[in-house]
Amino acid sequence: MRVLRLAGRRLAASLPTLLLILMGMFLLLQFAPGDTVDALMAQIGGGDAAFAEEMRRFYGLDAGIAAQLWNYLLRLATLDLGFSAIYGKPVATVILERLPPTILLMASALSFAFFFGLVLGVIAARRVNRWPDTLISTLGLIFYATPSFWFGLMAIVVFSVYLQWLPAGGFSDITQSYTGIAAVLDIARHLVLPTLTLGLIFLAIYLRIMRASMLEVLSLDFVRTARAKGLSETRVVARHVLRNAMLPMVTLIGLQAGTMLGGSVVVESVFALPGLGRLAYESVVQRDLNTLLGIVFVSALLVIAINFVVDILYARLDPRISSES
Amino acid sequence: MTGPTRRDMLLMGSAAMLPVPAMAQETPRRGGVLTVHFATEQRILNPSLQASTGVYIVGGKIQEALLDLDAQGNPVGTLAESWESAPDGLTHTFRLRRGVTWHDGRPFTSADVQFTAMEMWKKILNYGTTLQQFLEAVDTPDAHTAVFRYSRPMPQGLLLRALPDLGYISPKHVFESGDIRQNPANTAPIGTGPFRFVQYERGQFIIAERNPNYWRENMPYLDRIVWRVVGDRAAAAAQMEAGQILFAPYSSLSIADMQRLGRDPRFEATTRGNEGNVRTNTLEFNFRNPVLADIRVRRAIAHSLNVPFFIENFLGPFAKPGTGPIPSVSTDYYPGPDMPQYRFDTALANRLLDEAGHRRGAGGVRFTLRLHPAPWGEDIALWSTFIQQSLGQVGIRIEIVRLDAAGYLRTVYREHAFDLATGWHQYRSDPAVSTTVWYRSGSPVGAPWTNQWGWKDERIDAIIDAAATEVDPVKRRALYADFVRAVQTELPLWMPIEQIFVSVFNRRIRNAGNNPRWASSTWHDTWLAP
Repeated sequence: MRVLRLAGRRLAASLPTLLLILMGMFLLLQFAPGDTVDALMAQIGGGDAAFAEEMRRFYGLDAGIAAQLWNYLLRLATLDLGFSAIYGKPVATVILERLPPTILLMASALSFAFFFGLVLGVIAARRVNRWPDTLISTLGLIFYATPSFWFGLMAIVVFSVYLQWLPAGGFSDITQSYTGIAAVLDIARHLVLPTLTLGLIFLAIYLRIMRASMLEVLSLDFVRTARAKGLSETRVVARHVLRNAMLPMVTLIGLQAGTMLGGSVVVESVFALPGLGRLAYESVVQRDLNTLLGIVFVSALLVIAINFVVDILYARLDPRISSES
Repeated sequence: MTGPTRRDMLLMGSAAMLPVPAMAQETPRRGGVLTVHFATEQRILNPSLQASTGVYIVGGKIQEALLDLDAQGNPVGTLAESWESAPDGLTHTFRLRRGVTWHDGRPFTSADVQFTAMEMWKKILNYGTTLQQFLEAVDTPDAHTAVFRYSRPMPQGLLLRALPDLGYISPKHVFESGDIRQNPANTAPIGTGPFRFVQYERGQFIIAERNPNYWRENMPYLDRIVWRVVGDRAAAAAQMEAGQILFAPYSSLSIADMQRLGRDPRFEATTRGNEGNVRTNTLEFNFRNPVLADIRVRRAIAHSLNVPFFIENFLGPFAKPGTGPIPSVSTDYYPGPDMPQYRFDTALANRLLDEAGHRRGAGGVRFTLRLHPAPWGEDIALWSTFIQQSLGQVGIRIEIVRLDAAGYLRTVYREHAFDLATGWHQYRSDPAVSTTVWYRSGSPVGAPWTNQWGWKDERIDAIIDAAATEVDPVKRRALYADFVRAVQTELPLWMPIEQIFVSVFNRRIRNAGNNPRWASSTWHDTWLAP
């Protein structure tokens, strides 16, 4: 109950931010030359002026900008995200269809980056300035410096084109119709390369943070006390150091959730995944205002939710931080 | 040296102008799934409402037109079995095929043709609205006859050439109630074609399966067609190599990848089967800028660009120099290369610019122009930088302004805020359908790919109008020759490069490219070798 009340308060506090973001996006897109009918004309290779006028009426573009924004906000107040111009469906439906791949990709990339970042960071810290540390740190630097679209394409060339181990793109094998566990495995196979591509750059960040944070905590007094008590080194690291060293990692997850949503545009394009990132890109190109604002709205909610979970995790990891304060 | 050289490819390209069915001796094999690259998702898939290659590549297998083109590029009946035209060009009668059913089991009749022509082609279909502007009514004396009545003469040649693209039929019983544009059948099409629509997952794929009741006996051969949505060109090329995609239509891969895959024995990169889909690169001048209203300046710009050099070094084997707005593949109306041309000659260009009174100023610059390249196709991006470099040599400084599709159309064709623009002119079977609108004055502001240059020539307008309603094919051909000569002299815009779209086939596909609009056609005789 306490958690729910907290969640409600958080959401209420973010409402003004959300409103500002939406209005900003709306106005920004007005500055972009051309509207969704121009985009439609480009796509179909032309049409006459009467056709264009009729389409503008059809999409409700004949109203003024202020009226359009006001109508949009009014509808949003009733949780109606409007109608998508390019998909011809309610925006909420379009987004709900695209949300699972993005969330799956984000969750798997985050878990991958978090888990391996943690393990490699701990190993590097415990062997600091010896060869495992040098190796891990160099690898981390390489991952951090590689652009993800390039890494994705190279992964496709090696694992799909030459070795033919993994599919080159898509979310599932559409020439087969799998059910049950086979369908899950099929999707998992399709997500291996995208997860690696999206996760590696974050892995590099996490391992650097984890290494630094471990080194700092290892030098603190309570660690010396623990060792003086006669605890084994493994126990010292697992019970005393790790928990404290994880605080900055958790902070980062909250901060980077938004970045990851943005980074998935590239990965979704390269691997032809039907996710939210690509939808956002298409909406901008097609000037589909309703869809774009809907995505911004949902993404903002997602980031707020993740940060909320992070706050609760904080309190768990460090009892001195109360979630009430 | 392995593989064909660029010269060989050029020769192969010209030999392929008349498509011949490859390996016609083999026995077709039933079954298999043809996977196709779908680069840009469309809002709707109904070719009766939207004339674009992105729609035909899917909708053209599910719905059928009255006519298609045969291997030699002549009109051949699909849903129409035969046709005749009155000598005055005011009525055209189509006898329709009997025993054809829609995918939902209802019979196909002349009422469907009447409804589609009057409610879709004449009112909504882009290009169709212009073509059918003077269509008064479609009479249906019986269930298998449709008589098109026009208020002004409609040349038979024009109608028959236009109908393979602009003649797709939709079922009346599905569309007659409610708003046509919002009908769910626009994204889940119902047709008479060899393949039935199964599923469309936005952003992922479209699936169609064999229509067991198709009117052609024992066809189609394929079990399924799957269109895979892949927006990234490099990723699509990788999927072709991994065997996940068997066919990449309409130059959907990068120029480098098309050339690379063309050298790979598993694939064929060819213009065969796209002869009906030719485009020319344009250079559009804004006459509102007084500098460009001077014909000497426009001619000087044309003389400054070394087109053969550009094609040889940037576009490779898939392009050739253009000679005017009517491309050389248009066998009926191409007036030959002996029209006024603008060869590369910088000395002449410099002289013309001097004569026009534009002396070189500081840094050798005569004047500055804005160039808007259209954002579709990497050839346009390359061509615009080439223009910038070349015009720099004769003292014209170019600022390139890059915009996305919506922004480009708005800025160039509605706001006219450009000096030079460059994009594609897509030739659609007949100059009256796609080409003369680029030159005819009186186009409403904002209509893309029409005369928005602030230029008007009454003599040329008169030729265009006469040709559009001339029913005698010989006179019509002569009028279009006059038209090309006039616009190549006046140069309101210039079309110096001619390109046919490139298909990349996996060699397992048989009967691929066996008509000039193959990628758009029905694929009823396409089959897959093991």
